[in-house]
Amino acid sequence: MNRPADASTATAGVLGSPGKGGAPWRPGRDVLLRLASLVVFLLLWQLVAVVAQDPTVPMPAVVFERIGAEVASMDLPHHLGVTLFRVAISFAAAMLIGAAIGIAMGRWPALDRFLDGWLVLGLNIPALVTIILCYIWFGLNDWAAILAVALNKIPTVVVTVREGARAIDPRLMEVARAYRLPPARKFLQVYLPQLYPYLFAAARAGLSLIWKIVLVVELLGRSEGIGFQLNVFFQFFDIAGILAYTLVFAAVVLLVEALAMRPMERRLNRWRQ
Amino acid sequence: MLSVHVREKHYADRGGKRHVALRDLRLSAAEGEFVCLVGPSGCGKSTLLNIIGGLDAAAEASVGLDAGAPGASVGFMFQEPRLMPWLTVMQNVCLVCGERPEAATMARQLLEAMELGEVVDAFPGALSGGMQRRVALARAFVIEPRLLLMDEPFVSLDAPTAGRLRSMLITLWQRRRATVLFVTHDLREALALADRVCFLSSSPGRIVLEHRIELPRPRDPQSTEIGTMYEELLSRHPGLLAGLGGDAQDAA
Repeated sequence: MNRPADASTATAGVLGSPGKGGAPWRPGRDVLLRLASLVVFLLLWQLVAVVAQDPTVPMPAVVFERIGAEVASMDLPHHLGVTLFRVAISFAAAMLIGAAIGIAMGRWPALDRFLDGWLVLGLNIPALVTIILCYIWFGLNDWAAILAVALNKIPTVVVTVREGARAIDPRLMEVARAYRLPPARKFLQVYLPQLYPYLFAAARAGLSLIWKIVLVVELLGRSEGIGFQLNVFFQFFDIAGILAYTLVFAAVVLLVEALAMRPMERRLNRWRQ
Repeated sequence: MLSVHVREKHYADRGGKRHVALRDLRLSAAEGEFVCLVGPSGCGKSTLLNIIGGLDAAAEASVGLDAGAPGASVGFMFQEPRLMPWLTVMQNVCLVCGERPEAATMARQLLEAMELGEVVDAFPGALSGGMQRRVALARAFVIEPRLLLMDEPFVSLDAPTAGRLRSMLITLWQRRRATVLFVTHDLREALALADRVCFLSSSPGRIVLEHRIELPRPRDPQSTEIGTMYEELLSRHPGLLAGLGGDAQDAA
């Protein structure tokens, strides 16, 4: 398949839900391992900073102090909020539109053949090109920014969901037809559950792709948000600031993954146990 | 009363050539009658059920189920249980009848009658093949169907399990009085269940012989009465199960 190899695959590996393979899921051990990994990371960082003795490699303590200051001044929460809002809107739009197109393409082969060329084009346009064009055509505003992000993500959602729509079990759909299920119930209880694994794959990869692109979009044409702040820090060579914002943002993304995505996926996969 | 007339059903391309599955087939069933359809494999039995169940829009056929719109209450049992693996037993049954309280009560009663009361909240993947068929049977009856279509629903079960399901089916049918069309290739099974057995020819399938059974229920497929009837039918119409049916048609 012409699925793009973006960095999201690496992230998905790190965040991959435990217990998905053969090993049973043990919450206690799992948490312990994650904590150990975090501690080792911080120790390595400290070590590098001590050895380097360079202002461009600040120590962890300096960065955490900076996080505290930025939170106290409300700068960080404000910019984080703006960025998360953009992430949420463009993520929701990309998932909804991508899933709708993917379902339609999986369902109707003629449409699939018609749109396939566009899809390949969409998958291969560099994110930067979409962003620049959106800003030029629609102006330097929030909607152009959100549109640019969504447009980058939609093709990959389409590809994944189309795979799922092609794998729909016709025998289960026959049950729905034989019993004349009302369309809403047929869609929500017979059709959609068959797509859940594909929708989750798309959502996981999507989130990690989108939050990277959002920063670029903000850097290029917005005056608020994490991406904008990173650009400012870059101008002043403020490494501690860059690391402070990055750490907080990454932590939020991890939290979203752990507290929203993973529990939801586990709940929807209950029946597989 | 159910009346079916299939003028023609063909597959445009099966193995590179046009294949006529059914031609000029007429079938009717009285209200509450239990009809078994027996025929060799590939004679179009499943195709016929799909047409009657409204799953095949491409056939030239008319299906009438008078007094009440056809399809308003048709139950369907497939060769496999075909339960939704992501829904619990209870949800699978309620899927076809809605979540109204009286429907849910009905579903629970049916499941309890089929000795599934303990597993209403289990997922189908955790159940044995026989239990899954029982859930599918409950699903077929929960809508109180006027017509129940069954496509070899008890194949690939061991004999005692299949026997138990058959007696559950007969009990439910006697209580609810649905019209049943039951497809099987097992003549003993057909003789044990049906009021009337219809034999289909090999393709293009039509009905070549009808046989009425007056024996009281419950009947055991392995009993001597069924055995005698089985032998008698086959000696009178050799080749009946192969779907040749030339002389069978004369006799009919």
